[in-house]
Amino acid sequence: MNQPFRLPEGGLIDRDKPVTFRFDGKSYGGFAGDTLASALLANGVHHVARSFKYHRPRGILGAGPEDPAALVQLEPNTARTEPNLRATEIELYEGLNAGAQNCWPSLGFDIGAINDVFSRFFPAGFYYKTFMGGPGWMFFERFIRASAGLGVAPGEIDPDHYEHTNRHCDVLIIGAGPAGLAAARAAASTGARVILAEQTAHPGGQLLDEAAGQTTIDGMSARDWVKAVREEIEAAPEAMVLTRTNGFGYYNDNWFALCQQLQDHLPLAERDANKPRQRLWHVRARHIILATGAIERPLVFAGNDRPGVMLAGAVRHYLHRHAVLPGRRAAILANNNSAWQTAFDLKTAGAEMAAILDTRPDAPQVLRDRAEALGIPVKTGAAVTGTLGRRRIKAARTGDIEGDRIAIGSAEMIGCDLLAVSGGWSPNVALFSQSRGQLRYDDDIAGFRPARSWQEEATVGAANGTFDLAACLAEGAAAGANAARVAGFDDASQSVPRVSAPHAIDYDITPAWRLPMERKTDRAFVDMHNDVTSKDLDLAVREGYRSVEHAKRYTTLGMGTDQGKTSSVNGFGILSEILDTPIPEIGVTTYRPPFKPVTFGAVAGQHVGANFHPRRTTPMHEAHVEVGATFEIVGDWLRARVYPRAGEDFDAALQRECKAARTQLGMLDASTLGKIDIRGKNAREFLNRIYSNAWLKLPPGRCRYGLMLNEDGMVFDDGVTACLSDDHFHMTTTTGGAAGVLNWLEDYAQTEWPDLEVYLTSVTEQWAVASLCGPNSTALMAELLDDLDPDPESFPFMSWRPAHIAGIPVRVFRISFTGELSYEINIPARYGRWLWDRCMALGEKHGITPYGTEGMHLLRAEAGFVIVGQDTDGTVTPIDLGMDWAVKKTADFVGARSLTRPDTARTDRRQFVGLLSEDPTIVLPEGSQIIATPHETEPRTPMIGYVTSSYMSPNFSRSIALGLVEGGHTRMGEPVYVANKNGTPHRASISPVNFLKELGGAS
Amino acid sequence: MLIITCPYCGPREQSEFHYGGEAHIARPADPQALTDGQWAEFVFMRSNVKGVFAERWNHSSGCRKWFNALRDTSTDRFLAVYEMGAKPPQIDAPELRTPAGEPLIGSGNDETKVMTEAEMTEAEMTEDLGGGS
Repeated sequence: MNQPFRLPEGGLIDRDKPVTFRFDGKSYGGFAGDTLASALLANGVHHVARSFKYHRPRGILGAGPEDPAALVQLEPNTARTEPNLRATEIELYEGLNAGAQNCWPSLGFDIGAINDVFSRFFPAGFYYKTFMGGPGWMFFERFIRASAGLGVAPGEIDPDHYEHTNRHCDVLIIGAGPAGLAAARAAASTGARVILAEQTAHPGGQLLDEAAGQTTIDGMSARDWVKAVREEIEAAPEAMVLTRTNGFGYYNDNWFALCQQLQDHLPLAERDANKPRQRLWHVRARHIILATGAIERPLVFAGNDRPGVMLAGAVRHYLHRHAVLPGRRAAILANNNSAWQTAFDLKTAGAEMAAILDTRPDAPQVLRDRAEALGIPVKTGAAVTGTLGRRRIKAARTGDIEGDRIAIGSAEMIGCDLLAVSGGWSPNVALFSQSRGQLRYDDDIAGFRPARSWQEEATVGAANGTFDLAACLAEGAAAGANAARVAGFDDASQSVPRVSAPHAIDYDITPAWRLPMERKTDRAFVDMHNDVTSKDLDLAVREGYRSVEHAKRYTTLGMGTDQGKTSSVNGFGILSEILDTPIPEIGVTTYRPPFKPVTFGAVAGQHVGANFHPRRTTPMHEAHVEVGATFEIVGDWLRARVYPRAGEDFDAALQRECKAARTQLGMLDASTLGKIDIRGKNAREFLNRIYSNAWLKLPPGRCRYGLMLNEDGMVFDDGVTACLSDDHFHMTTTTGGAAGVLNWLEDYAQTEWPDLEVYLTSVTEQWAVASLCGPNSTALMAELLDDLDPDPESFPFMSWRPAHIAGIPVRVFRISFTGELSYEINIPARYGRWLWDRCMALGEKHGITPYGTEGMHLLRAEAGFVIVGQDTDGTVTPIDLGMDWAVKKTADFVGARSLTRPDTARTDRRQFVGLLSEDPTIVLPEGSQIIATPHETEPRTPMIGYVTSSYMSPNFSRSIALGLVEGGHTRMGEPVYVANKNGTPHRASISPVNFLKELGGAS
Repeated sequence: MLIITCPYCGPREQSEFHYGGEAHIARPADPQALTDGQWAEFVFMRSNVKGVFAERWNHSSGCRKWFNALRDTSTDRFLAVYEMGAKPPQIDAPELRTPAGEPLIGSGNDETKVMTEAEMTEAEMTEDLGGGS
């Protein structure tokens, strides 16, 4: 296909593999090895986006992750669509479809561009100032969000999958440019475990962005040297090279996060659904070498954001990597030597060079000579004061710099379709700063560079402000050898690559943070990602935002997905000029991970769907599934909630189950209860200090209910503990509290009372538990048990016995959470399912009915038993619960002293009571507020409590509720009102909590 | 993610540990003998140190032992670990850069991110600056 700006030869593209792709609805041709940006440029397309705020046409400025504005929507209107991707980083694949974003109806004609016409009404801080008043931000936000913003988030579930991997290594090197390659080769030569990560598809960095043959290393062309070194590294036994891998986060103790793209470069049809799309690496490295290169800065001048204005280094990138001529008639604007190379390369590649404009008063003679030899006009002390062209630059207006203005009468128009700019190179210190290393400002390079490392790290090459190739290679090799030595590997190869680059150009910069402008209305963009102009920075300082962090937030300079890669340092320089303060004292904003955007998919990895939070299931779980139980999540567990029969709804099933449990026989899977085995000669004393009630006299064979408090006196867990022998106890905890209770017990055992000999072991999963409840339970137990008479007369309440069922040893507890005659059978977990089935089979004639957690909650509420965490919230004492009987006066225990603090001793605290609605058919909604009067009073009716549990009781044929009410214990029978959002408050009366006694006449 | 050195197991990932708050706060032997104020001091009040802080850690996904550590809260750097019941080892106080108590480097505080010109002059005379360590 016609690619008018493709050079006839050269580049790292495969001309045998033409690729067809679509952008903004049009079809184009490119080659394998292209990026979307290089392929668009080959077709002469510069205008690829509309800007964030003013909807200005934006082109391709850079060649990598630094590009602030060439953002596209990849694969629009599909499940795989991804917004805000940089065209400069998307590897071209057959059939690729990219859409322009932030424009309507089209990229070429965008209604939102009206914002640009009225831009003087939208300065920095416009939103803050305008929308905080009146109806407020909450009202305006949705309109603003609709008109601003960039791409569109995918609306469907991501069809791809992702994975995480963890790795330890000795030396991790980020960036495979010349310095990184030299470092990796030296480190790998020692046998150390080395990982070299490169964000693009090809190692080589700047060496690939120059004309073939320009540089010779160790007698090879630069490209051959890169290839040879890569092979050498990969041949080392413990080294690997990761390409397409973005090292984005440098965390504590050399913990590093990288995102590897595995399939993004493949045509959609060729992607393997069985393999991950991306892989997130967590690498812990003994030593890290940052070889992250430098990022070129644009210059800040009027009209500097017009499509066709490109970074000079990016122009070389497209010329040499992709054999694309970004323009046929080019001009250069620079404040340093490096951009001159672009002029020479463009000319050599066949472009017409309109001018080299250098802002410095003078330029080195050697460069002038080369320009002259190539016939390129040169103007020093020159600025660009404006650009023309609607969707691509047509001409640049220049003038002579005279102090902070343009010399009158010096203006000149230069026709060009490409303006290559260079404001200098900023060492890419983002990752170094993430590591919390300290920067310094270096006047020689006009940039920030690493000064002191905080972690086990070294920064080398251009990232360290070293721009000379030979020096980069030497620095890399030395750092690689040193890193290996730190990790315990000596004998690094000492060879330092020999460089021959006779025409290399040194850097030599004189900063020009912003160029003079001719007219007050001119705008020069500092941040092309967020549409921040130099005048916005003036405004921010005028309004008092003098700190660099404040100016950033006020203007949005350096914010957004590009994180100011091209704009930050220019912004710091301009602030320095406005404030007349040296740049080191201006400082820098904070560099935070990620260095560049990472997909949510990669961050989530495998932890999606059923793997998001794996659930624990009981040994009886399948039995519940088979009969169609519905489940609820309790702690990490899945528990059966109710067992609806065919045609039965939730409520009907619940009522049936609870009726059966009191009148016939119910069975609950109680396996999830926390179980802790406590041994040791001081186990009893330990329990006595931990629980609020007395434990010293509990004999073997007996059980006791206990409450645990925090030191603040508030209930945090409860459960029944059985004495197995004098030095051996079996504790149960709530399902959700099991892990926390064990940690808490161990804390006291190890740190407060190390003199007590006590051993704690979680045995939750060792036992399956079936809880049998109801008048027929004794009959079923008699059939089940080999060697124990379950008669409640001889096997009384709150005792336990060892026994056997079909020869299997079990522990049977006569404890009850329903107030009904109950037995809890603990059987080794592997017999859990068998026991459940056996109980179901033998219990059929007794009317056995499985009930779930909802039934358990209802049955215990009928008996007035508290559920810690439902009826309590961490502000409830045992006294508040009416459980004074569980508080011993004879000895200290955890939290005891707090119960006599003035606040906990108040008699008007919220206390645990029963609530009976006047209308027995009304189930008071849980969480409802309780108020003292049925009428709202001024200013507001005080809330005196709230409903914690509420059910329709099948056994009393009326609703019951539990709640916390101020002074409730002394208000028995008094009316209260329960707020009702749909009408007048419900009237209810306060009652004791034990409804079995209150309503059922139980003793 | 930090590396924490368990005194019993050696260096392990932070995700294996649970934090236990300030160290060296012994539970009173006879709580009932304390005034309400004294008891509240034990239950509720903890220091909030910027700088070297003695704190408790539990190797909860490892050996499950509790131990003490000295950590600089402004930089997250562990300076020492020691057993329960032991006295904290002597640590040289770091040289502070900011009035609020951050050391020269490692806190991420604005004042410490970039060397001042005076510091650069001083450092150029006394140390080998650069990204290398």
